[in-house]
Amino acid sequence: MKTTIKSFLAVIGLIGLVSCGGAEQGSESSTASGESTAETNTPLGQASVVDETSDPNILQVAIGSADHSTLVAAVQAAQIEHVLVNAGPLTVFAPVNAAFDALPAGTVDNLLKPENKATLAGILTGHAAPGSFDVEGLKKEARKGRKLYMASGTYLTVTVEGEDVFVEGAKVIGTIQTSNGIINVVDKVILPG
Amino acid sequence: MKKTILSITAIATLAIGLIGCGGAKKDGSGAMSGGNAEKVYVAPGEHDEFYGFISGGFSGQLAVYGLPSGRLFKVIPVFSQDPEKAYGYNEETKPMLNTSYGFVPWDDAHHPDISQTNGELDGRWCFINGNNTPRIARIDLKTFETTEIIEIPNSAGNHSSSFVTENTEYVVAGTRFSVPVPQRDMPIDEYKGNFKGALSFISVDQEDGGMDLSFQILMPGFDYDLAHPGRGASHGWFFFTTYNSEEAHTLMEVNASQNDKDFIAAINWKKAEEYIKEGKFKTMPANYAHNVYDEHTHTATSTMKKEVRALDPAECPGLVYFLPTPKSPHGCDVDPSGEYIVGNGKLSANLTIHSFTKMLEAIKNEKFAGEAYGIPVLNFEDVLAGTVVQPGLGPLHTEFDDKGNAYTTFFISSEVVKWKLGTWEVLDRKPTYYSVGHLMIPAGNSRKPSGKYLVAMNKITKDRYLPTGPELCQSAQLYDISGDKMELLLDFPTIGEPHYAAGCSADLIKEQQTKIYKLEENKHAWVAKNEKEAKVTRNGKEVHIQMTMIRSHFAPDNIEGIKVGDKVYFHVTNLEQDFDVPHGFAMIGANTSELLIMPGQTESFVWEPKQPGVWPMYCTDFCSALHQEMQGYVRVSPAGSNIELSWSLDGE
Repeated sequence: MKTTIKSFLAVIGLIGLVSCGGAEQGSESSTASGESTAETNTPLGQASVVDETSDPNILQVAIGSADHSTLVAAVQAAQIEHVLVNAGPLTVFAPVNAAFDALPAGTVDNLLKPENKATLAGILTGHAAPGSFDVEGLKKEARKGRKLYMASGTYLTVTVEGEDVFVEGAKVIGTIQTSNGIINVVDKVILPG
Repeated sequence: MKKTILSITAIATLAIGLIGCGGAKKDGSGAMSGGNAEKVYVAPGEHDEFYGFISGGFSGQLAVYGLPSGRLFKVIPVFSQDPEKAYGYNEETKPMLNTSYGFVPWDDAHHPDISQTNGELDGRWCFINGNNTPRIARIDLKTFETTEIIEIPNSAGNHSSSFVTENTEYVVAGTRFSVPVPQRDMPIDEYKGNFKGALSFISVDQEDGGMDLSFQILMPGFDYDLAHPGRGASHGWFFFTTYNSEEAHTLMEVNASQNDKDFIAAINWKKAEEYIKEGKFKTMPANYAHNVYDEHTHTATSTMKKEVRALDPAECPGLVYFLPTPKSPHGCDVDPSGEYIVGNGKLSANLTIHSFTKMLEAIKNEKFAGEAYGIPVLNFEDVLAGTVVQPGLGPLHTEFDDKGNAYTTFFISSEVVKWKLGTWEVLDRKPTYYSVGHLMIPAGNSRKPSGKYLVAMNKITKDRYLPTGPELCQSAQLYDISGDKMELLLDFPTIGEPHYAAGCSADLIKEQQTKIYKLEENKHAWVAKNEKEAKVTRNGKEVHIQMTMIRSHFAPDNIEGIKVGDKVYFHVTNLEQDFDVPHGFAMIGANTSELLIMPGQTESFVWEPKQPGVWPMYCTDFCSALHQEMQGYVRVSPAGSNIELSWSLDGE
C-alpha cells in the first residue's frame, strides 16, 4: 500500500516535470489542466522515504504526538517537512497545542493561510537549532553563558530556575531523543522578538 | 499487484510526457529511435528490475550492479583489502584475510553463485571463489558484507568453484592445478600419476550459512576447470570439466592439448555421503583457515583447521564416472531440466551435449570403454545427446533461458550464439565487443531462468570507451533476449575483470536489507553504547580509547596523556540508529586506512604516534550539516612524560 502511495506521489511529481511548455516558459506557467505547478508539485524530499527500521525522526515523532497536531499542521502548511527529516543534527523546541491556543485569537488561522507561508516558515525555523541539545546540554549552555543559534538566524537565551529550563521564556516540559536530533517539548510559542 | 499499479502509472506518466508535447520527438534518433535507450532507462528515483553480482576477477572483489541500467551500486570487498571500507585494514576484519600462508590481502575472484532452495534462487547468500590462494567466501545478502571465508587445502588455482547444489547442501570447489597431496618436495617431472586434483564439498548450515569442509574427493592429476550441479532428476550429481588429461606439467598450451578428448567427471555426491557415513574416508592432516565475521561483535575470528576427510574414487565404486568430451572443455553447464550437460570444448569445432538419462543407462549396463586410475570411462556415443555443429570458434560458456534455448559464448569469434536444446540448431548470433568470456542470464543456473536479459562479459575493450592510457576498463554488454533475435542494448564498464556474474530479481533481495545495526545488540569487546561509557584506559604502553560518534561530535574529542611509543587503539562506536548515517574516522599519520562505521557498529584501528604534539582527528564521511565541526585533538607528550591520562568533551 505504501509503495502505491509512493509511486502515486512520484507520478504527480513527474506530471509536474513533463507538463507542456513549463520548461520553455518558466516554472510559473500552469499545466494544460489549469492547475498551477506549485500546487500539484509538492515534493516532500526525504520526508517521503519509507523506513520502519530506524529510530523515528523528529517529524515522525511529532506526527505521532496528539499534543502537537497544531505544530504538525503548521509544518505541513509551511512545507518544511524535509527539514525535520534531514541528517541534521537538529534540536526542535516543539510547542504543545495549548501554546498555540494561547496566542491571540486568529493568529494561527492567519499564519496557516498560503500567503503567509514564508512568515510561518520563519517562525517555525526559529524553533529549530542546529546541533543536539538535551536538557543537560541546555543547562550547560546556560551555565557557560552560550546562546542558542537558531536556524532562522536568531539567538535564544537559555535560563535555569531550580530544576526547570527555559528557552526565551518557554519552559521545557519534556525531551525526546530522535534519530536525527532532539525534541524539547515547550509550553509557549517562541515569537521573534 | 503492487508492481502492476506501479507499471501502469509509469506507462501513463510516460505516455503523458510523450504525447503531451510535440517537441520531444525531434530529438529521437539512433538507439533512441530503436527504443533501446528506453529499455535500459531507469528513471531518477526508480529501481532496477534485477541485481547483477559481477565478480571483479583480479580485483578480488564483487561488484553490485542494477540491470538493465548497468549502474554500479557497491563494490563488496571479499578477498582484497579495501581502504574505503577499512576491510582488511581495521582490527575487526583483518582476520578475514588470514590463511595458512599468513595474511593474504588479495585474490582472484571468479564465480559468484547465489544460494538456492528447490533449485531456485533464494537470495540468502552469494558465494564466490578466490583462485590463487584457494578460498571460498560467503556474502550475506542482507548486509552485502563478506561474512565468512574458508580456505581449501590440497587445492591450487581454485577454479571449478564456487557452485551450489539445488538446496545449497554444498558449495563445491575444484582444483584447477593438480599438486602433490599432501604437499612435499619432489621432482616436477614425476607429476604423472603422483599429483592429485582435489574436489571439495563444503556443507552449508541452512540456518546461518556457516561453511564446513565436509569431504574431498582426490581425483587423478588433471586440471578441473569448471563445474555445475545436477538439478531435477540429476540432483545428487555434480559435473566437472577436465583438461590436461595428458597430465603434462610444462608448455601446457601444447602438451595439454594432445588428447582428442578429455573428460567431464560426473560425481555422485549422494554416494559420497554414503561412503562418508560408512567411514570409507581417510582422515588426512591439513592446515587451513576458517574465518567468520560475527554481526553482533562486529568482529571476525580466524581458526586454523587441522584435518580433512578424503575419499579415493578408486576405492569407492559408483562415486565417479568419466564422460569423454572433446577437446579441453572449459564451461560445464547443466540445463534447467537437469537432463543436458553441455561441454564447451574450447578447441573443438562442435559443442558437445551429454544426456543424463543416457549416462545412467550406460552405468546401469556397466558399458564402459575402459578406466582411468580406477575410474570407469563411459563411451562417448553412449552418453551423447547431441552436437551443435560448428556454431563458432572457441566456445567457453553456456547459459539458458526460460524457453528451451541455450546461449553460448565464443571467445575467438567474439560472439554469443543462441541455439535450441533438443534440436541443436543455431537460431541467432550476435557479435560481442570484444572476446567474450562468461555470460550471465539472471537465475541462469537454476530450474527457473529469467528470459529477459543476457549479460556478456568481455575481456577486451579497445575502442569501446574514451581511452584511459594503456590500461582500459573491461566491460559488460547487456542483450535483450526476450524476442526471437538477441538485441544489444547497452555497454557498461566494470571493475577489474568481470569474470562471471550471478543475477536475480531485485524483489528477492531488496526487502530483506539490514538498514542499521541495533546498538543494544552490539557485543563488541570495546563498545561504548553511550557517551557516559566513553573512556580511555592504559595498560602499559597500550592505550585503548573507547570513543562514540553521533552527529556531530566525538566523545571524547580532547585526549591528553598519550606518549610517544604508545600503541593507541581507537575503538569507535557509531551511536546513530538512523539508516544511511555512517560516520568515518581518520587520525593524522595513522599507518592504516580510515574507518567507515555503520549505525550501531564499532570499528578499531591502531595508531602509533611518533612525535610529540597535538594531533587532529576527524570524521571522513559527510554525515551532517555540522560534519566539518566533527573533529578533535590528541595531545602526545614525549616518552617518559608525567602528563596524566585525561579525556573530555566540551571541557567535561
